[in-house]
Amino acid sequence: MNVVLAEVPALPPEAPAVRPLLDAQGLVKVFGTGVRAVSNVSLTLQAGQTLGIVGESGCGKSTTAKMLLRLLAPDEGRVFFDGEDIHQMRGRRLTELRRRLQVVPQNPQTSLNPRLTLEQSIAFNMRAHGYGAAERKRRIPELLDRVGLDPSYAARYPHQMSGGQLQRAAIARALATEPEVVVCDEAVSALDKSVQAQVLNLLSELQQELGLAYLFISHDLAVVEHISDRVAVMYLGRVVEEGPADQVWNDPRHPYTATLLSSTPGVDRNRIVLGGELPNPANPPSGCGFRTRCPLATAECSETWPNLTVRTPDHYASCVHDEPASLMPMPATA
Amino acid sequence: MSSHLKVTDLHTTFGSGERAVNAVRGVDLEIEPGGTYVLLGESGSGKSVTARSILRLYQSGTTITGSVRLGDEELTALPERRMRQLRGLRIGMVPQDPTGALDPLRSIGSQLMEVLRVHQIAPDRASARKRAVELLDRVGIADPQRVIKARPHMLSGGMRQRAVIAIAIACNPDVLIADEPTTALDVTVQAAVIELFRELQQQSEMSLLMVTHDVGVAEELGGNVGVMYAGRLLETGPIREVLSAPKHPYTQGLLASLPMPGVARGHLQVIPGRPPLTGETSTGCAFADRCALAQESCRTAPPPLVEVGTGRQAACPVVNGTPVGRTATSEELSA
Amino acid sequence: MSTITTTDLSVETPAAPRSRRRNRTRRQIPAGMYVYGTLALLLVVLGVIGPWIAGNVTTENLGQRLLGMGSGGHLLGTDGQGRDVLARLVAGARPSMISALLPVIISTAVGSLLGIAAGMAPSWLHSLVMRILDVFYAFPAVLLAIAIAAALGPGTSTTVISLSVVLVPPIARVAETETMRLHGADFMEAAQASGAGRASIAARQVLPNVMPTLLVYATSLVGLALVFAGGMSFLGLGVAPPHPEWGQMINEQRQYMYTSPMTALIPAIVIFGASLVFNQLGDALRDLLDIRRTGR
Repeated sequence: MNVVLAEVPALPPEAPAVRPLLDAQGLVKVFGTGVRAVSNVSLTLQAGQTLGIVGESGCGKSTTAKMLLRLLAPDEGRVFFDGEDIHQMRGRRLTELRRRLQVVPQNPQTSLNPRLTLEQSIAFNMRAHGYGAAERKRRIPELLDRVGLDPSYAARYPHQMSGGQLQRAAIARALATEPEVVVCDEAVSALDKSVQAQVLNLLSELQQELGLAYLFISHDLAVVEHISDRVAVMYLGRVVEEGPADQVWNDPRHPYTATLLSSTPGVDRNRIVLGGELPNPANPPSGCGFRTRCPLATAECSETWPNLTVRTPDHYASCVHDEPASLMPMPATA
Repeated sequence: MSSHLKVTDLHTTFGSGERAVNAVRGVDLEIEPGGTYVLLGESGSGKSVTARSILRLYQSGTTITGSVRLGDEELTALPERRMRQLRGLRIGMVPQDPTGALDPLRSIGSQLMEVLRVHQIAPDRASARKRAVELLDRVGIADPQRVIKARPHMLSGGMRQRAVIAIAIACNPDVLIADEPTTALDVTVQAAVIELFRELQQQSEMSLLMVTHDVGVAEELGGNVGVMYAGRLLETGPIREVLSAPKHPYTQGLLASLPMPGVARGHLQVIPGRPPLTGETSTGCAFADRCALAQESCRTAPPPLVEVGTGRQAACPVVNGTPVGRTATSEELSA
Repeated sequence: MSTITTTDLSVETPAAPRSRRRNRTRRQIPAGMYVYGTLALLLVVLGVIGPWIAGNVTTENLGQRLLGMGSGGHLLGTDGQGRDVLARLVAGARPSMISALLPVIISTAVGSLLGIAAGMAPSWLHSLVMRILDVFYAFPAVLLAIAIAAALGPGTSTTVISLSVVLVPPIARVAETETMRLHGADFMEAAQASGAGRASIAARQVLPNVMPTLLVYATSLVGLALVFAGGMSFLGLGVAPPHPEWGQMINEQRQYMYTSPMTALIPAIVIFGASLVFNQLGDALRDLLDIRRTGR
């Protein structure tokens, strides 16, 4: 196994001197059986902004999310929330972290406790942070209304609600403690497209109104681009590209990103079809993990996984080629 | 013997009496040999039920009426025994979840060979094995010898789906019905699987009926599309045309709500409300509650599919100019 | 295999359409609850007032011995010692019910606490607790009862204590399994991320999910406990003669099986009937709790 030297991208000079709200540095997670789920991932999230993380199965995005939420301890690396290492937090500091950092899970059917009413689910979160009974009574209908649910839904059980409604409820629950960062873990992936648009609009509105920062995880590049300020593309446990959303969309600098882009519907691109399979994370290829499927792979690619290097200010990619997108073979039009 | 599939006025109802659920309410479609038809819709639209009704996969308690002609055989009239002979032999099915479709305790090879033997494609073990290897190779599996002996859990999602496709096409069926075959797959694997479907069609004149909710998949496949909603077809036509210039307000809304760059955040065009549940009934057009163009007459009776262009149909009186007082302006049509 | 579900992954809702139109919060109470609930309640009441209304049940030879059912004013006849069977049944209800219900209640409380706590605990503690429970699981109930009887003397308390101890491991196991099953669920992760303490999560998130299964299991144990209590008395560890207890009655009258079988059979039938009532009550409870989910 090659050792890849960590190179955390430095903040470009024109970046604001404001400390990022969420700052992950060099995260590594290896599971018991030797599976390197996450290798050297660094991400930053500014207050009020959205960082999108996109990737397919086995890319490590969920594991990364868990480490950011302090649901899983990293083997290496640290996560800072507002300057403090979250995995060192205890007691009141930890409780305070939990209040400010919330999650909206993926599956609408299981993101809420099936045996609790909506009210009970939301109240549970509030209780954990000292909101009294009177305050809960007042806030819960407000929250439901804010996410577009009739306040009478407070008495409903999850099985009496549709997927879209459940996700709205999950969002209401996340907002209950007035958080600053919300991790949306594939929050719209299981919804019908027409409902997805509603929920995405809701998330955007809430961000505007409440100044929330989102960490938006998805396998759908189109959705991620739409809602994010910055996008990080992950493959086999690493970030292979990161940059402002519009730049990653219009000027991808990694062949994997170019491939993902080509498969978004409605865009006038020819779909690039990759050969091979997603490698088994327990047995990754040497060097660049993408080389087994990359049409641009060279001998150099099997030696080391390239570090993230700056392409244009604030836009990083880890590929030996400078502008791989232009080199990608386009298939014949169908 | 022509191999195309022709479905006329298909109705599928679960249960009966008060508790009846009308999942499919009058679907017509036709696929010529080598052609592709995509049933596009969200959950509850009835598209999967349509596919499964064609294959008569539902048993007692389900009423299927209408006509399903496979070449010169009327499938709805056949005794179950004959239907069983046809399944796998003349119509193949690729179900949605490859993991669920495979027996976890048996090797891929044994499941593949079973199909070959049941339909008497391969008379003995040796020839069945040979053909199995050929099939796995044909669906793009790199190491067929290994996969033949492997059990499903040893393979990745994409490989499992290819194995399931191999089983579906083992007997060279005339029609292949694929029910959301790419939904459980990663995007990059999806592209490869769709490419596989296209190759298979080109090689053998096999017709393909694909059920999906993913517009990208429909686009990639080409052929004709039927947009389903609440058990009915709202719009039909060649995929490229329908997706680039949709006529029905639902199709328009659906396409407009896909997140694309350039659309300001928070301003995705949204169809208010939610799609109806399977069998949720309404008088009149099922989409009327959510439609900006809806009029009184839309709610009295479900609008029929009417020609709105060459080979294109839409079930919307407002759009297709059936006189209801006025016709939609071009602004509304492109809204 | 359901023929009604569509196979779309992007499911909007799982529930039947109709139930959403009607008043969603009205729950239908299954018929079984009324029937078996009432019967169970009667049994409990009998247990309470039994000895007061039964009259003299211990004096021998008040009536003729081994009278058949319905003769001489004795509805169920008399036993081999000339005592009225019905009266003894009624009086015996109290020790029997106590021996059956109390252990189940105690062990359910203790067992669910242990099981849920083990399920929520760090893995070393979890394993420790479960292994200790395994030891008790293997422990023969009778030996335990003998040991306790040696200290406290025979009687209802001995039966109750030994049964309670014996029933804790299986209940804890069910509770633990159900708790572990929840661990992968999204809402559990969300609960952890919410900052609530483990105890709070256990009480408010886990318990409502675990309770239904536990309750049903517990009610099925009542019948078991009844039989067990009878066995204890049989061995002389429980209620001692001449005081009546259902199991004890079977033991005492067993010698008359060939001459007057009903005398021994009647208490057996009563035990059977009572077990049945509680088992059915458990089924009805399961339906009642299930109804919340189907919203019918």
